[in-house]
Amino acid sequence: MNVTINDYLALSFLIFTIGFVGVLVRRNFLTVLMSIELMLNAVNLTIVAFGAFIPELRDRGAVIALMVIAVAAAEATVGLAIVIAIYRNRKTPLVDEYDAMRR
Amino acid sequence: VNEALLTGLSGGIFAIFALLAVVCAISVVLARNPIHSALFLLAAFLMVAGIFFLENAEFVGAVQILVYAGGIMVLFLFVIMLVNVQRLPQTEPYQKQIVGAVVLGFMLNVLFDAQLVLDPIGGGAPFSPDAFRTAAGRVLGNSQAVAWGLYREYLLPFEIASLFLLVAIVGAVVLGRRSVEKMD
Repeated sequence: MNVTINDYLALSFLIFTIGFVGVLVRRNFLTVLMSIELMLNAVNLTIVAFGAFIPELRDRGAVIALMVIAVAAAEATVGLAIVIAIYRNRKTPLVDEYDAMRR
Repeated sequence: VNEALLTGLSGGIFAIFALLAVVCAISVVLARNPIHSALFLLAAFLMVAGIFFLENAEFVGAVQILVYAGGIMVLFLFVIMLVNVQRLPQTEPYQKQIVGAVVLGFMLNVLFDAQLVLDPIGGGAPFSPDAFRTAAGRVLGNSQAVAWGLYREYLLPFEIASLFLLVAIVGAVVLGRRSVEKMD
């Protein structure tokens, strides 16, 4: 079996979709953040696959992927700080109970 | 070394890593306990790192293990321990619109794959490590080629990324301070 770029792309689409569904269906803020990380990782998989197969992108794929990893790290840090800040006030990590602006 | 054997071997390794990555990703979404989700996420990250190694992007694979598995996952586990999740396994873990969300996700995936089937991007194998060359033609490994790109061609984006991380650290410290005013 010869693995082509299409296989890598199909895999990353699948992981992205799983993360997308996870963001929509989970009630726990922490699991929602984990699903976002999953989506960012799937995007990275796409970028590195393009970098590995398209001659013009050869080593730039890895550079772009490193930028995405930096963004993912920053997103996780700030997201988890927000979780802690909200949890301190509301004592719940469930996103559908974060309705302070509605009341 | 037999070329056909090598191709078959890398195909098999890709299949194993891809299958495990998808199974772990699904488990992240399905697991009721956030700690189980976090551990499945860790496994999924490691599988994706293996796929990066298969694509001859060993530097990104190493960074994936160090930053994701080493840094972000520790952060997640730390916050899970901090936030009391004892009573969570008893509560309903999914939103009510779960059927709609799964259908939407399925349609999204069909859309992506239709694009791939209708307009496939050519075949071929990943570059071998000696395909990474400088302008002068000297052969570099992937890590050296990445450093070359990061510190010469893309120095400004690299500096912006470091500034961005600094802003994120400061933001996290400000958000996590104890003296945040009460919301109610």
